[in-house]
Formats: sequence, structure tokens, C-alpha cells
Amino acid sequence: MTQFIPHTDSDREAMLDIIGLKRVDELFQDVPAAYRFPSLNLPPAVSEMEIVNEVQALASLNENTHELICFLGAGAYNHYIPAVVDSILRRGEFFTAYTPYQPEVSQGTLQAIFEYQSLIAALTGMEVCNASHYDGATAVAEAVNMAYAVFRGKRNKLVLSPALHPQYRQTVQTYIQNHPISLVTNDEGGLKEHNLLTDSEALIPLVDDQTMLVIVQYPDFFGRVYDYSMLAEAVHAAGALLAVAINPLALGLLKPPGDFGADIVMGEGQPLGIPLSFGGPYLGLFATRKEYVRKMSGRLVGETVDVHNQRGYVLTLTAREQHIRREKATSNICTNQGLIALASAVYMSALGKHGLRQVAELNYHKAHYAAEYLKKIPGYALWSDAPFFNEFVLICPEPAEELNRYLLDKGVIGGYVLGQDFPTLNHCVLIAVTEMNSRAEIDYLVELLAGWVDK
Amino acid sequence: MNIPKDLKYTQNDEWIKVEGQTGLIGVSDFAQDSLSDVVYVELPESGDMFNKGETFAVVESVKAASDIYMPVSGEVIEVNEVLTQQYELVNKDPYGKAWMIKINIKEPSELDGLMDAAAYEAYCMERQH
Repeated sequence: MTQFIPHTDSDREAMLDIIGLKRVDELFQDVPAAYRFPSLNLPPAVSEMEIVNEVQALASLNENTHELICFLGAGAYNHYIPAVVDSILRRGEFFTAYTPYQPEVSQGTLQAIFEYQSLIAALTGMEVCNASHYDGATAVAEAVNMAYAVFRGKRNKLVLSPALHPQYRQTVQTYIQNHPISLVTNDEGGLKEHNLLTDSEALIPLVDDQTMLVIVQYPDFFGRVYDYSMLAEAVHAAGALLAVAINPLALGLLKPPGDFGADIVMGEGQPLGIPLSFGGPYLGLFATRKEYVRKMSGRLVGETVDVHNQRGYVLTLTAREQHIRREKATSNICTNQGLIALASAVYMSALGKHGLRQVAELNYHKAHYAAEYLKKIPGYALWSDAPFFNEFVLICPEPAEELNRYLLDKGVIGGYVLGQDFPTLNHCVLIAVTEMNSRAEIDYLVELLAGWVDK
Repeated sequence: MNIPKDLKYTQNDEWIKVEGQTGLIGVSDFAQDSLSDVVYVELPESGDMFNKGETFAVVESVKAASDIYMPVSGEVIEVNEVLTQQYELVNKDPYGKAWMIKINIKEPSELDGLMDAAAYEAYCMERQH
């Protein structure tokens, strides 16, 4: 790492000398005097010690997952993050660097992104992966942009599974509002419960020769795991593309979407070593097949050799991107949060193939243990009997919002209240169980829920 | 520079070879030389209709991705699939094996607005200086 070298007074004098000035203030002469030091409406300055106390007092008002037991998921999950993730991230070479404008100068940054891309490609079973997007929702929306570009506007129907994350759906709607793309879904007149309960094959009749893309989630928003092979076949028979939004951790256990015919795989990378942090910064995963690489948005790092036959990393296929293709590019966003992508790469490398599988198995078993006992409490039931990963929907005897208030009083963050997106599921709560939940915590939840019925 | 006499040219360096009602379209020697090494060609599909001046293809070189425009309006009746596999033909044989599409010419009168070889040669010379 470069040493920290401060500017001394003589350094400053030497610099001022060269540009012919006496004092630094002279650089600001063009700013009218009244605007040079405007008075700011701030309280009097306090000492460092006082401000640290004040900010800590504010911070301690927040509820957090270290002090409370957490069963909330719905797209962002409370997982263990090995210490190595943070210690690599906090190295100055990675931590302080903005994406360099001449990227090839920063071989370390490019190599880290290349490794990230390779890991995600292997995990998803896809051929290429971009340098990432902002979060799962924007990655899903970019899949729509990509499909539109693949068909050059000749197909414009987009089929969304009703079990796609409601926030992903909203982001997609924002992206397409000024495109001639029409949204097709089997939830006309509100997301009806019987439609939500139907499996993926219910989407097949919605696909026709105008369909460009079908988006499903795996596991879906309600935690269910479906085999999408039949859907993939039907989508391809209609000449359309299939995009699968994933929870990457679930792929430690489940068949990768590339193996059942996904053309685009995208998702929220937060479960891979990224803290909850109030919803961001997160990581948008995006992978596809090689034949569509020129229609993929985002940056792409490639490995090559230099004139001396030494390995090197470059930004590749940049002619696809908006700074060259302008309005013809697939997307006008090529930015990512490289540090977050790096965090997930460190996480995946630290765990390895078997470690990732182990974490996924822990999630699976703990969630199934919880479901097994929760459904036995009189007044409660599981909403679906479909296979699930680490999340499931529990039907409660009273509105789920009330249950959550009760749980919070007892030191437990309850599951996601589904009524906020799906009015018919007002009594339903989406409960996530991860490796962070001990058996004692799960037993405590069961006890609390049983007690709530008797109250 | 190679500028065949039997073709018509556009200001964007496309050429068209007219054969009765149909026309064969590609990019000129001047175009391939300015683009440098071509690494990808994206072509339309048979049956696509384009008006004069609309983009029908994209040629990506090591320098840039460039749109290719229709010299005249028409319907695509044949696409040179070989080109989507062997992009380098654009550099090697721009007037021969690197033809891009064959079209049914919709408005033959639009051909009158194009340059002949002599005019195009002058146009190229002008830009070389």
C-alpha cells in the first residue's frame, strides 16, 4: 500500500510558486466574498467525545439483529458473515477505490471482479455473468431490458409470476413505464390467493408468440421451490426467454437454473456475506448464456494475455455499453458496487463449494424444524405444502401484524407481514429461518406463538 | 481504395447492388477500413421491413459499434448467415462474401438519391484529407 505522505507547508509553497500565487485563498477569488464562508445554521461545535456519545445514543435507539431474535427475510436475510470478508474489504486498496476511469490500470480490482463473475457463473450454471448491479430488484428489471433488446422490440409481452417479490415487480413496472412493453400476469383484479397458490405451470397458457420474457423466482417469494423444467420447455417452444430470480444461497442445495433451461439468472446477492444494513448497499446478480452477451447490460471483465504472454484482466465487450452505444445500449446503467461484489466473492471463496452446501443445509433443516412445530400449534397452519428452502408462509389465527407487535415486545422480530402486498393474505406471515437461529430460538418462537393463541 | 463501378453508395458508406426489383446491401471498403477489425455483426431477419435511413444492422469493431443504415426502403428477403459466424469477411471482402442482406426494393425512385462510383470516390477522397 502507498505510504501516507502529508503536504507540508513547504510543499504548498512550492505548488503555489509554480502557479504564481502567494496564498491558497487567492484560488477562491472568483467566488464573491459573501459566498466564501456562508453562515450555516448549525449548533455550536462540540468535542469529538461529545459527538461520539450523541451519535451512539441515536444508534442505540435502533432495533437490531444482534439484540433481537430475527425471523424476518423476504429477500434480505440474517446470515453469518465470516470475519475474513470484512478484513479483505477493509484493505485500503479495495476500500477506498472508486472504479478507475482507466480500469486496466487497476488489475487487482479487475481480477477481483473476474473471480466474482466466475463464481456466480459456476453457482448459477450460466456461461457469463456481469460485474453486478445495484440490487436484486434492479437486476430483475435489467433482465426485462435485455429481453427487449434481444427481440429488438419485435416481441413486447412480459409474463411475471405472481410469486415474484412484490418489490422486484414494482421496480420492473418503473423500468417499463415508458417502453411499449405490456405486462401479462394471472393476477388480474388483484393478486388472488388461488392464483398465488398455483404452481409455475399455470404460467404456460400466458405465453404466446409475442412473449419476450417470463420471470419466475427460485425459491419464489413465498419460499417455495418448484422445478421449472416444464415451464422452460414451454417458454422456449414459444421462442421466448426464461429469467429466473434466485436466492444464491439456495443454490448451494438446489439445481442451478442453467441446468433447467434458464436464459437469464438474476437475483439478490445479499445472502452471500453482505450485512442487512437497512436494505443496502446490496448486490444485483446477473448471468446469462453466451449467445446473449452483447445484449447484456453492465460491465464485463475478461481475462487475456499481454504482449509478453502474461495473464491480465480487461474490461471486455465495452462496445455494448452506453458510453459507446448511447441510446442504443441495452441499459443506461453500467455502474455497480464493486466492493459488495467483492464481499460476496470473498464469502464464496471462504466457504467453498462444500461450505456453501453446509450453510444451505443448515437453513433448510432449521426452517423445516420450525415449520414442523409451528404448524402443530392449534390455530396455525402452513399455507402451502410445496417444498421450501429456508422460508415458509404460516397462517395465523389473527392478523399477522398484531402477531408481530406481540413478538417484538418479547424480543423477537417476526416474519414478513404478507397483508401489506397481498390483502387476501392478511393472516399470513412469511417466516425465514437461517443458520443464525438456534434451536432454542426456534423453540422460543413456537412457545410464543402457542401463548399468543391462549392470550 | 476499391470502389466497384456497378454499385450505388450512401453517405454512410453502405453500398447497394441493384438486380431488377431486388438489391444486395453491404458496407464499402472505405467503411471497413475506418472500422478496422470487425469482431461482431448483428443482422436482421428475413421479412423485416425498413425505411430508407433506418438501422438494419450493427457492426462491432475493436474500435466501436456502428449502425448500418438502409440505402433505400425495402423488405429483407435474405440474410447472409455466414457473416454472423465469420465477421472478418467484412474486412476481407466487403463487396463480395460480406454482403449483408438482400431486399425487395419498395421505392425504386429512392435509388436516384444515391451516389454512383465516381461521386462516391470523390466523397471518400474528400474525407481522407
